[in-house]
Amino acid sequence: MSLTLPATESARIRSHLLGAYPEEGCGVLLGQDLPGGRRVERAIPIDNRGEGARHNRYVIGPEQFLAAEKQGREAGLDVVGFFHSHPDHPAEPSGFDLEQAWPYYSYLIVSVSRGRVTEMRSWRLAEDRSRFDTEALVLVPPTDADPAADGET
Amino acid sequence: MKPRTRVHIPTALRLYAGNQPVVEVEGDTVGEALQALVSGHGELRRHLYDEEGRLRRFVNVYKNGHDVRYLEREATPIGPNDTLAIVPSIAGGADPSSPGESGAPADAPARPARPAPPDWVTGADGLPPISQAELLRYGRHLILPEVGLQGQRKLKAAAVLIVGAGGLGSPLALYLAAAGVGRIGIVDFDRVEESNLQRQILHGTSSVGRPKLESAKARLLDLNPGVRVDTYETRLTSENALDILSPYDIVVDGTDNFPTRYLVNDACVLLGKPNVYGSIFRFEGQASVFDAARGPCYRCLYPEPPPPGLVPSCAEGGVLGVLPGVIGVIQGIETIKLILGGGEPLIGRLLLFDALAMTFRELALRKDPACPLCGERRTIDRLIDYEQFCGLTPAEQAGVTAEALEITAKELAANRERGDVPVLIDVREPHEHEIARIPGSTLIPLNTLPARVSELDTSRMIVLHCHHGQRSMRALEFLRQSGFQKLKNLRGGIDAWSRDVDPTVPRY
Repeated sequence: MSLTLPATESARIRSHLLGAYPEEGCGVLLGQDLPGGRRVERAIPIDNRGEGARHNRYVIGPEQFLAAEKQGREAGLDVVGFFHSHPDHPAEPSGFDLEQAWPYYSYLIVSVSRGRVTEMRSWRLAEDRSRFDTEALVLVPPTDADPAADGET
Repeated sequence: MKPRTRVHIPTALRLYAGNQPVVEVEGDTVGEALQALVSGHGELRRHLYDEEGRLRRFVNVYKNGHDVRYLEREATPIGPNDTLAIVPSIAGGADPSSPGESGAPADAPARPARPAPPDWVTGADGLPPISQAELLRYGRHLILPEVGLQGQRKLKAAAVLIVGAGGLGSPLALYLAAAGVGRIGIVDFDRVEESNLQRQILHGTSSVGRPKLESAKARLLDLNPGVRVDTYETRLTSENALDILSPYDIVVDGTDNFPTRYLVNDACVLLGKPNVYGSIFRFEGQASVFDAARGPCYRCLYPEPPPPGLVPSCAEGGVLGVLPGVIGVIQGIETIKLILGGGEPLIGRLLLFDALAMTFRELALRKDPACPLCGERRTIDRLIDYEQFCGLTPAEQAGVTAEALEITAKELAANRERGDVPVLIDVREPHEHEIARIPGSTLIPLNTLPARVSELDTSRMIVLHCHHGQRSMRALEFLRQSGFQKLKNLRGGIDAWSRDVDPTVPRY
């Protein structure tokens, strides 16, 4: 299992999560499953709808999910996962992440500490819901052709 | 034969439904259709239902595009032409109690069946959990039905920004920290001075000369180590205000000047945050809550700032040390009410407190439909230059800079030494003149200057002074407009004189 993340999208994710710090930020990953692994084509930042403790909770509501899915369908992409930050916590799934997890999706967790991204890891739920397994995260370096990603959406 | 209903399966679950995007099932209700779905595709069950057989919290079911939570949930009736869709909602987040722990016990599903711990222990409902130590600390809150566990958790989840760690900010910050407000931000750039300690009880004698934020943070964390205190050692400006304010739920204005007050108001309205306002002068204070979503803003009350100099600051006019205690605490109560969501907030009401008469009065405030900021037609959609708006940009219009109009205490002393003795006018109040005076000065209090202007000689150099240099600058402006040309303002006032020239003149 692997998740390939182009530099533009990784920059978009970082910028959104740094902006949300010290609250948790989150978003949807659109992409496709290719024979060589899963590839993200576009990261969509989402307003964290969590009520109350946004410093350690994020929520992407069903309406937001449907909107992202529609955006993906128009571009020929699927929802392949989600990203969220753990402010001042490691990029590892919490018990709460596990309780709430869906199978199939990639859960990209980004540790943000004192306004800096310190760690990025991607996870998938095990078949029996007992744990998360880590998946290889392949970061594609930027090319000259990439427009500067500044996190605007 | 029961109606067959189409159920859309999200990508994530298709693997467990024979790789089909749509499955047809039988059932008269949503609940029956889902049960039919999981009996046909057994592996779906553990993803849709929890161990107690309840639909998982993050599984949403839509009937013809409507969330069944707002219909009759699982009892929602369905017919053959209806379409159901299973829609994920996604949630998660760091473990609040245990940084560094990977919370993935391998035997989670095999847990023995025992009652799930309540939300206030786990924080599963999104509000922070309360620990045993916190139960003890906040016991007097918890037994108030209006606060209780939920209210205390709301306080813990709340983020409040205090602008100014001075007279109002001191009692306010202390009580908010004591009450368990989870995140407190403070903006200030001053250092503690001896003359602050008469009312700014966050700071102590040992902190004199050190940044106010340093003593404030140390005092608050000593009072309650469970709160997070973020400090911003800067002047709040149009450039940084939106960034500093944005992580906070509520902003409390503890400033003592008009430019910052308008800045705080405007930034709060633009960001949609409530602004808990307080101000003090001598023996009187005011408080209100400006929340443009529910009532007027500060501009509805005062569309324009007063002309510079009309309203003296506390440094000039004085303030009873206890007064900011009363007003700051009222701001604290209003802040906590906004967080808890109960009671009658001070929105649309201006509370007036008179310490000498010991009366509280209340004025009704109305939202001004013509308010340029929160009215029907907003003409202000960004932060402006508030120094200029309040007329405080130095008198450059006439081609004269403020510096050119000033003289330092040392220069004045050197001139007098040489025999170049200007007319020295003290524009302070008589009781101040009684405490300290510069030898050779003539007392003409600022408010009597217009009546006594004829006593002054336009041909001679006049040096004006007050306590710190603000009132005398206004006197200078007045004289300039009256035709005087040979004018200087003593920079730093009598305070600078005593510091730099003559230490026998008492400082106050």
